[in-house]
Amino acid sequence: MQADPRGVLTGIHFIDGDHACCEGALAAGARFAAGYPITPSTEVVERFAARIPTVGGIFIQMEDELAASITIQGAVWGGAKAFTVTSGPGFSLMMEHIGYAAMTETPCVFVNVQRGGPSTGLPTLPAQADMMQARWGSHGDYEIIALSPNSPQECFDLTVRAFNLSEEYRTPVMFMMDECVGHMTEKVVIPPAEQVEVYPRRHTRRAPGAYKPYEPEADLVPEMVHAGEGYRFHITGLTHDEWGYPNMNVATQDRLVRRLQQKIRAAEDRLTMVDEHGLEDAEVVVVSYGITSRVAERAIEMARQRGVKAGRCRLIGVWPFPDRHLKALAARVKAFVVPEINLGQIAREGERAAGGAARTIPVTHAGGGVHRPQDILEAIMEAAR
Amino acid sequence: MSALPEIVNPVEPLLRTERMPHIWCPGCGIGTTVNCFARALLESQRNLDRVAVVSGIGCSGRVAGYVKLDSFHTTHGRAIPFATGLKLANPSLEVVVYSGDGDLFAIGGNHFIHAARRNVDIKVICVNNLIYAMTGGQTGPATPSTAITATAPYGCYEPSFNLCALAEAAGASYVARWTTFHVRQLTKSMGEVLRKRGFCFIEVLSPCPTLYQRRNKMGDGLDTMKFYKEKSRVRNGAPTSEVALTKDGEIAVGKFVDRERPDYIESMRGRLSEQLGDRYVEMECPVCQ
Amino acid sequence: MPVTEIRIAGFGGQGVILSAIVIGKAVSIFEGAHATMTQSFGPEARGGACSAQVVLSDRPINYPYVTRPDVLVVMSQEAYSRFTPELKDGGILIVEEELVRISGLRSGIRVYSVPATRLAEELGRRMVLNVVMVGFFAAVTGLVSADALRQAVADSVPPATRELNRRAFDKGYEYGLAKAGAPIEEYDPAPMEVE
Repeated sequence: MQADPRGVLTGIHFIDGDHACCEGALAAGARFAAGYPITPSTEVVERFAARIPTVGGIFIQMEDELAASITIQGAVWGGAKAFTVTSGPGFSLMMEHIGYAAMTETPCVFVNVQRGGPSTGLPTLPAQADMMQARWGSHGDYEIIALSPNSPQECFDLTVRAFNLSEEYRTPVMFMMDECVGHMTEKVVIPPAEQVEVYPRRHTRRAPGAYKPYEPEADLVPEMVHAGEGYRFHITGLTHDEWGYPNMNVATQDRLVRRLQQKIRAAEDRLTMVDEHGLEDAEVVVVSYGITSRVAERAIEMARQRGVKAGRCRLIGVWPFPDRHLKALAARVKAFVVPEINLGQIAREGERAAGGAARTIPVTHAGGGVHRPQDILEAIMEAAR
Repeated sequence: MSALPEIVNPVEPLLRTERMPHIWCPGCGIGTTVNCFARALLESQRNLDRVAVVSGIGCSGRVAGYVKLDSFHTTHGRAIPFATGLKLANPSLEVVVYSGDGDLFAIGGNHFIHAARRNVDIKVICVNNLIYAMTGGQTGPATPSTAITATAPYGCYEPSFNLCALAEAAGASYVARWTTFHVRQLTKSMGEVLRKRGFCFIEVLSPCPTLYQRRNKMGDGLDTMKFYKEKSRVRNGAPTSEVALTKDGEIAVGKFVDRERPDYIESMRGRLSEQLGDRYVEMECPVCQ
Repeated sequence: MPVTEIRIAGFGGQGVILSAIVIGKAVSIFEGAHATMTQSFGPEARGGACSAQVVLSDRPINYPYVTRPDVLVVMSQEAYSRFTPELKDGGILIVEEELVRISGLRSGIRVYSVPATRLAEELGRRMVLNVVMVGFFAAVTGLVSADALRQAVADSVPPATRELNRRAFDKGYEYGLAKAGAPIEEYDPAPMEVE
């Protein structure tokens, strides 16, 4: 389906990642946003608040992030595409509703412009330390999709994709920006609406009575309806059967939770989104994501100048983790070097995927800035030895 | 032998009968309130396909699971913000929040006051049983002083909220209180809020014989009806500051507030049209047919 | 253009960020090359230290930060003290001459000074000093074409102020052309003042 042209600001712009993310949401068809101010993410909703009254939609500033993260889900069941935007402390408050969205299969997007933590941490400075929280932050077992952009252009492109994936898999999608990408200004090309592909809501064609809210299709994703359409359906965060009714026994729990996991795990290959370069002869692969991938690129160039065969594997999709892809890669290289602005969150995933076939060297950073390319270079040189 | 004529309870079409029996205890008042709600809905002649019920967590939170309407059982305390999103995304819906005193006023207290301030057009029915019932009868924000609860074994010594005063102070357009003894009046109030635009609040005092009345030696469900009958006094229009509840004192009931304020959508539309003129575009639900 | 790093610094309210946006926009949109702009500012909305960085290049830019600027534009004494040490040897220093007193500068830096605030005041609006500065920058560095910058200015300011800003740009540009051939080269470190 093509994008609604009213939301697409076609043209060439010089804007930052936060603003580009907002434009991506509008292009993807988001007509509802709820938020609570928090640095360094607020510009996304500030722009949305300015733009949406002339596009046709609603922005509401809620009393806290708990509210924002569930208000958007009410809007989704009312028929809108909706999202919320936050940073670390607010993301922590949103965890209960990431779980609710996963459990009720409510398509929506959570944007997290990451800053230094824990707690209030470094409000204006970057980190990438919420990656595991994005994956595991809400209680219970569920699978998640998370994307990580490394430029304002990707903040636009991948926000569109985040909405599309949330609709296709009926799952909350985490859009994991960082302060650097959010506040970096570059050229952003927004194509004409007819070139923006939008995934429509998986609305059922079944009549009321013949429709079960949680009866999965072949890809394990059930079809959806909205309030007010005559289906008289029920939605709950309790363990539920295919009718959506609470049914709290072991068998129902097993069937439901495994399906929630499998609908995403089974699509791992389709959801593997990487940007790779120089892997034909690479002995050392720098696995990175977000802003760090751009710092790593300089280190890779420096290593190549020193005769080290280094290559790039940038994770655009971080969750589900591209296990199979990295496992295959590990089989033909010496080592993974994993720089990230945290103390080693995705490095462990890389190590797990490599399964001992390649060494994994984390390059950690506690947050507040980006790595020095030199530090990544040293790890590459060490890996090549 | 000819078959007896089938007797159908008039509210049955509004209930998910396949979900019966319900989980509520004997003597519990929640079912009574649901009966009143169903009757009010039927009398309102509304298109029931356009009525949605949103609940939080707790015994009253289970109402959403028993009414045959679009119904959402959300997270603890968050029924109101969910309902806010639902209403704003599709203003043609009548959105009713049905939940308990603990859910709405402790964990959800912040959402309650802000939704009232915004005057979002949602109708909040609070079944007030004075405790957290589903978790075993602990102290809640409406528990009266000296009452015994699971977490106040020597009697509660915190002051309680006057829910009606709180609702009025925060900006609610309509505030009423009844007990489960006052089924006619409650049904009438529910009918009124279904016709009124803006944030409306009805507090329904309701027994929890299992956990509140038993612990406080107040008898069973029937004894509580007698207690409500004896202690209640209709005080329509009374200042909400004078209607605070105590453990054994008078229960002021009635409609306390009924006023006109522009609701959220009206205020938003007014301001944005004034500022943007022709550039203002009303939301149309992009994924609805 | 090889990778060129520019830092513009002053205090909040001088339009530091807008001047960086204009340069980045001129290069990435109107000249078809690449530009990345990043910024940092103090907690105060006005009057705090403010700095914007622009990296320009013919090729896509990976590392987005300025480490050794080729060009440093300073509009406050604090910015001068803080950022001149990182200026590349042989780099260009542009100063708002009435706000910055040059002292203790190492040799090998080409210095151009402009009374941007006064020139802006002559146009009747002090707030356009940033665009005067961009015009001056265009003339003395020759890094970005004046046409591209004029388009970027017009695209970045409110329509009602376009004409004023165009005049501000031209004023700085002309002032710069007169000075372009004659930087205060090899700034004499001898009479260094101890502060």
